Amino acid sequence: MTGLPILSIMLVIPAIGALACLFVPAQTARMIALAATLVDLVLGIVLWAHFDIGGAQWQFVEYSPVFGRFAWALGIDGFALMLIMLSVFLMPICIGASWRSVTTRVSEYMAMFLFTEVLMLGTFAAQDLFLFYVFFEAGLIPMFLIIGIWGGVNRIYASYKFFLYTLLGSLLMLVAMLYMAREAGTTSIPALQAFNFDPHVQTWLWLAFFASFAVKMPMWPVHTWLPDAHVQAPTAGSVILAGVLLKLGGYGFLRFSLPMFPEASGQLTWLIFALSAIAVIYTSLVALVQADMKKLIAYSSVAHMAIVTIGLYAFNRQGIEGAMIMMLSHGLVSGALFLCVGVIYDRLHTREIARYGGLSINMPRYALFFLLFTMASIGLPGTSGFVAEFMSLMGTYQISTWTALLCTTSIILGAAYMLYLYRRVAYGEIKSDEVRGMADLSGRELWLLAPVAAVVLWMGVYPESFLAPMRKDVTTLLARIDRAAPADDSRPGNVVAGRVQPAPAQLAEAR
Amino acid sequence: MDFAANFAMVLPEEVLSLGAILLMLVSAWGGPKSTRAVSIAAVFVLVGAGIALVGPASYGGSAFGGLYRADGFAAFAKVLIFVAAAVAIIMAPDFFKRTSGDDLHPEYPVLILLSTAGMGMMVSASDLLTLYVGLELQSLSAYVLASFMRRDTRSAEAGLKYFVLGALASGILLYGISLVYGFTGTTLFGDIAQAYAGPRSLGLLFGLVFVFAGIAFKMSAVPFHMWTPDVYEGAPTPVTAFFASAPKVAAMALAVRVAVVAMGPAVDQWRQIVIFAALASIVLGAVAAIGQTNIKRLLAYSSINNVGFALIGLAAGTREGVAGVLTYMTIYIAMTLGSFLVVLQMRNAAGEPVEEVTSLAGLSRTRPGLALALAIFMFSLAGIPPLFGFWAKFAVFDAAVAAGLFPLAAIGIAASVIGAYYYLRVVKIMYFDEPAPAFAPMDNPVEGGLIALTAAFVSPLGYFAIPALGAWTMAAARALF
Repeated sequence: MTGLPILSIMLVIPAIGALACLFVPAQTARMIALAATLVDLVLGIVLWAHFDIGGAQWQFVEYSPVFGRFAWALGIDGFALMLIMLSVFLMPICIGASWRSVTTRVSEYMAMFLFTEVLMLGTFAAQDLFLFYVFFEAGLIPMFLIIGIWGGVNRIYASYKFFLYTLLGSLLMLVAMLYMAREAGTTSIPALQAFNFDPHVQTWLWLAFFASFAVKMPMWPVHTWLPDAHVQAPTAGSVILAGVLLKLGGYGFLRFSLPMFPEASGQLTWLIFALSAIAVIYTSLVALVQADMKKLIAYSSVAHMAIVTIGLYAFNRQGIEGAMIMMLSHGLVSGALFLCVGVIYDRLHTREIARYGGLSINMPRYALFFLLFTMASIGLPGTSGFVAEFMSLMGTYQISTWTALLCTTSIILGAAYMLYLYRRVAYGEIKSDEVRGMADLSGRELWLLAPVAAVVLWMGVYPESFLAPMRKDVTTLLARIDRAAPADDSRPGNVVAGRVQPAPAQLAEAR
Repeated sequence: MDFAANFAMVLPEEVLSLGAILLMLVSAWGGPKSTRAVSIAAVFVLVGAGIALVGPASYGGSAFGGLYRADGFAAFAKVLIFVAAAVAIIMAPDFFKRTSGDDLHPEYPVLILLSTAGMGMMVSASDLLTLYVGLELQSLSAYVLASFMRRDTRSAEAGLKYFVLGALASGILLYGISLVYGFTGTTLFGDIAQAYAGPRSLGLLFGLVFVFAGIAFKMSAVPFHMWTPDVYEGAPTPVTAFFASAPKVAAMALAVRVAVVAMGPAVDQWRQIVIFAALASIVLGAVAAIGQTNIKRLLAYSSINNVGFALIGLAAGTREGVAGVLTYMTIYIAMTLGSFLVVLQMRNAAGEPVEEVTSLAGLSRTRPGLALALAIFMFSLAGIPPLFGFWAKFAVFDAAVAAGLFPLAAIGIAASVIGAYYYLRVVKIMYFDEPAPAFAPMDNPVEGGLIALTAAFVSPLGYFAIPALGAWTMAAARALF
């Protein structure tokens, strides 16, 4: 690749688009937003095409110390590349989904989405600790406004809860970052990943980062902001929230907690496993009884994110790759499910499941897409969800059979709540004339859902395309954290020598 | 050292004092008609004082036998003070024109100049008596300014309250000074530091506590903050903007100099006081602001909250901490002046000023530009990146962490979430609520320009100023160590 600063260009284009949107009428703003996101999508594809698989760990590196104390340092590895692809892929879809349904203050709405895109891409591409923090935290502002201005009835409560919850988490991370920058004498993320912090300090640092990422993720018990935010946000807001913003937590674990604090990660794996297992079972059961479609999908997101965290902390290749695929898959599938909800919400203006029924009769194309994404969410073989859950759980089994056992219920419970949802919405009798009058997918809506469906199937059938860019990064990460991996319990009496003392929870489990 | 060299070092204060006396004579002869001309002249006097800083006033060292110190630290603080004073003068004429009854008198810019001269003395003081004289000159002018709208009962009340409580604080400070003098036998900072380096008697510690209490009143740090909301609410808005900016910088710089230069060896003693004041200010400023309905009261609590954050830098007690305080105050001044400039635009259709927070409802639809500016100030005051207010908090917390004050940093930063709540409330009212009656249109391009300028500085564009700001504040802080 030439010296073209392609990452900076990807950040600047939506930023300029956003500023332009503020000064033009509604229809022009829509066009500008669509154009800017499509250009970024094309640039993203160029990025992927030029990404040297198996080459240097950090590619497309840019460095310019314009801020003195920290630098404008960008660069991506395979993990970041995949998440950037997810973001640029979902953004044009979000703009398309808001084309008709947002009618008030359109210019500002489009500007907010473009700002969100800048901040998300910046978070994934940042190679400097504080640059990462600025992007990470700044994402709160546009999302706060999107939920608060264009959200549902209870939007103000939801926007506050979203903002304050996530702010509290990330501020503790800031204190940890300040300490790390002092201790290591650098703010460069690659350099910090190679720096060995004192194991005692690592625990505190790990907990500070955990506070931030666990809220973002979100993990039980700090997940309560998510259902509120999802239910109140406009459709596209939910898509971007579920599709990309939740991935910041998992990305943070992968980028910071694991490589920077391997010892602490090894010792505190039990915490992650315990919270994840509770999350899977508890939130799946909660999802079963929801009467609101968006809330149901929101709770399913929490359960799916728990599969990501156990995979990440499995300390082996299957687990980490599975967690990454889960993030990508969940981004696409839950995003698409929110789009599906948006489609019928635009027609009937309710998210109450009981109001619908029999949609497969008068909306067959819609029912087909909805079915595909439902199955992908459950993890049916052939869809991306299967690959993700299978790999992640397989990785987990190698280290903790009990966690794997508890978390595998996610598949059963997931099938229960998703199929129950689908049955109530798509099958049965049409209950009212309003529902009978609903038209099938329009051309625009078809164009929004079809690309997602194609990628979901692609990822399900041939995940290698998505795994290949990350493979070398997983190797690097494993080489870094292997010394701290907790003892596994899958093969009794076969504990590998030289590993660190197992944490109390694992001892208890082993007994 | 000859007299001319001494005078060269205090040139900024001379320009201010002579300018103030000259303009006083002009206004005595010219009467109310000369208000505008005197105001413009006063701004030029401030510019002149700023230019005077370029000479020995910023590097000369000790003057008048150690009573006064001209160094980079003082010069940095003075730049901030002069800018804030100039903005306070520029804001005034239109404000007073809009309020029925009380016209602006030419004494207003003169008093601001005198107060500014006092603040110049404060930040350059290296003797307890210079400190006291400077402080009193600043305060006495401020008492009059607070009650400048003499037909308005709230303004009169503000002035009286400020005077009575300010006099009490001055008494406390003077008592502390007398104790320090009694136990050290000197009022020079350098000699006091030597006394503190030796065995510290109870009298010395009492002196330290009383001096800090007096200064804490001037910068409205908890528990000496009680006057702030009432005075800020009652005083005319340009005066409130002035109180929230220039004297805060002066008092903060004074506290830093007293702590580091005069009482540096007793750092473990004063650090406890500073940490308590910092955390108490942050928490109280945040919690008490939640229930406020008046925008000026809200900004008063916000200023208490911000003083707490700035004090965290002082608590570190290091060069970086002092640089952090200066960085904080620089950004704080831009945010505060910007916010008050927006408050000046809050006028109903008849042109009367309104101060209710709820009158901002739906501002984003009636006045999108103004709403955006205030939203930028609010998010910045809350310290959310990418706005520049984040950098202010970053600088002080970085210093605190470097000094090993982890609990302070963690508690302070967690408490800033409480503060974020009420800043968000203002944004919520402007952006989420249904529009209230629109404000009268902006009629002063200068004010509009200043709002745009401060908003641009506080926006992410400000980050490009970090290298320069970092170098200047570090150079200024080095002057003390």
